[in-house]
Amino acid sequence: MTSEHADPTATPQAAGPLSVRARGVTKSFRVLSNQSETLKEHLLNPGHLLGRDERRLVALNGIDFEISAGEFFGIVGRNGSGKSTLLKLMASIYHLDSGEIEVAGRIAPFIELGVGFNPDLTARENVALNGVMMGLSITEAHDRYDEVLDFAELQDYTDLKLKNYSSGMQVRLAFALMLQARADVLLIDEVLAVGDAAFQRKCADALQFLRSQGKTIVLVTHDMAAVQRHCDRAMLVEGGVVDTIGDPTEVADRYVEISYEEHAHSERTGGANLRARVSRIELRDADDNPVRAVHSGQPLQIVTEIEGNEPVGDLLLYVEIATSSVIRVAAMASNAEEIRNLGPGERAEVRFEFDCPLGVGDYMLRYYLSSVDEGELIQPTSQAFPFSVVKGADVGTLVAIPYGKSSRRIDGER
Amino acid sequence: MKAAERTPDHPPLEKIPGPSAFGGSARRFFSLLWLTSVTDFRLGFHGTVLGYIWSLARPLMLFGILLLVFTKVFRFGDQVPDYASLLLLNIMLYSLFGDATSAAVGSLVDNEGLVRRAQLPRIVIPASTVLTTFLTLTINLIAVFAFIIISGVEPMLTWLFLPVILLWLLALTFGTSFLLSAFFPRFRDIGLIWTVIGLALFYGTPILYPIEVAPEGMRALIELNPLSLIFIQAHHWIIDPNAPSVIEATSGHWWILPASLSIFVAICALGLAAFYREAPKVAEEL
Repeated sequence: MTSEHADPTATPQAAGPLSVRARGVTKSFRVLSNQSETLKEHLLNPGHLLGRDERRLVALNGIDFEISAGEFFGIVGRNGSGKSTLLKLMASIYHLDSGEIEVAGRIAPFIELGVGFNPDLTARENVALNGVMMGLSITEAHDRYDEVLDFAELQDYTDLKLKNYSSGMQVRLAFALMLQARADVLLIDEVLAVGDAAFQRKCADALQFLRSQGKTIVLVTHDMAAVQRHCDRAMLVEGGVVDTIGDPTEVADRYVEISYEEHAHSERTGGANLRARVSRIELRDADDNPVRAVHSGQPLQIVTEIEGNEPVGDLLLYVEIATSSVIRVAAMASNAEEIRNLGPGERAEVRFEFDCPLGVGDYMLRYYLSSVDEGELIQPTSQAFPFSVVKGADVGTLVAIPYGKSSRRIDGER
Repeated sequence: MKAAERTPDHPPLEKIPGPSAFGGSARRFFSLLWLTSVTDFRLGFHGTVLGYIWSLARPLMLFGILLLVFTKVFRFGDQVPDYASLLLLNIMLYSLFGDATSAAVGSLVDNEGLVRRAQLPRIVIPASTVLTTFLTLTINLIAVFAFIIISGVEPMLTWLFLPVILLWLLALTFGTSFLLSAFFPRFRDIGLIWTVIGLALFYGTPILYPIEVAPEGMRALIELNPLSLIFIQAHHWIIDPNAPSVIEATSGHWWILPASLSIFVAICALGLAAFYREAPKVAEEL
């Protein structure tokens, strides 16, 4: 159920009754010039009170968007883009400077799993406290015990203090509270997207469960795979404004694009003092345009340029594709006679062509140069050109191999 | 689930309230306040009778030391009728104000996780620290009254006014706590300043002494302290009907009583107003 893809016909515009409407949302923060502000300073230096010297950091500058009831909506953006500020504004944790946010029904923020859990209380008491915090009466919160504890499969441990729970049990309780929240709109922050593979799977299942309940869900994340897996629509926030809103794949592509904008498209590599070096390495699509966001199966080429400095004879170029956590996925190497006798300032180009075999995720290129004759390393292993596979087989595998399939009935054939 | 398939009886769009001191329904406010206070109260004793005895030990120790000092060293307590009872009652009453305000000062910062990640009426945070201390006081008062009766104070009808004393003190404690906690996130030295002021208030309030023995020059100043009125009246109602009431004690200067009451009202109002004003922005100041 978790690998279900977002409906490709999802409209970029919100349809049906609205669940959330934001108009002109603007928020700035006071930036303190000196960290510790004391009453003493204010009293000794009353001019400070007039506050003309305070700087403000604009986090959001006029955000507009609408979310339909029952929609799964993703908010993505780089660190510091303002996406978390937006979430906290929607959750009534920060105060709006101007603009307005309207919500239909009850909104429940989950900025962190288990906020307000008291480790000295039992699961039972924590469930009650959490329920009241979410707006239930004490009686309603008590009524919810069994539901939540059943869901968390913790019925045998209800009177154990939370601090004696294993971390897995705590997470189960936190999830149960989230999944059993009596709210129409759920705000879920990306902190849910950290953890090991098993936890990730649990999160994915939880999100699918909420989706099946018909709740409106707003997911703030920078995991593009999650956006495409779950979201009907998504919005990219960049520099405090809405950059792109609509189809999750488009938003994910755009996110990857701006994430890598600070790297020059053609990566300048180091190693100027070496006898020879890879002076450029980049990933290009079939039309020879550099790309950072690619799709599984897409024809790609790695284009490299090697520059000589001192004569070294024949060179061997070795290029790897690795995940961002340096799991090496695939390797390619040049032929011995392809790069030979580069004089100072002379350059050679090597291209590798392939159809992208990678699953959704973040990758980079790694490379080294060695001398064929001397058998020694000329340029040590370096890494460059991070890129992302944003669309394709998304079942958590590193590779997506093209495969054919056939099926037939075996019984009754004779 | 497609948006268009949603039920027609969809709730209407409403502007979100934003963070605030109160916010949400009154029911939620009081449920949350009550549940957090009772929980903290219980946790304070580690859920055991022995834990409670320990929490009583601290004010009792203070009482024992002060009683020794003022009856054996200074011998001044000997001249005050039922001095031990008065001292014990006063120490317990002051512990509400002293303990609650000093716990409340940094309460928003101490509960940063809640303020920054959960949506709740923010005044619940300092209010529940005050209420927790108040619950402790109400239990402690049972011990105080047992002591008072054993030490020979006749039960009086005016003991029925005890709730008035408690509510009066509670209101002042709430007001002060809101005022301090509202500004603490911005001015972190308030905590330090408050320990000094708290000490001054402890001696500037008729706790160790009845108001009659205060030197004439200091007396007006002491009576202007809104805490003093509470302790003067408590002495009159609970321990010794012959001790001056608030009206009798302040009869020297007609303006003292209205002035002191005005300060009391001002602190309560200012505390609420300050918290109300600061609450929406407090998550950004932490």
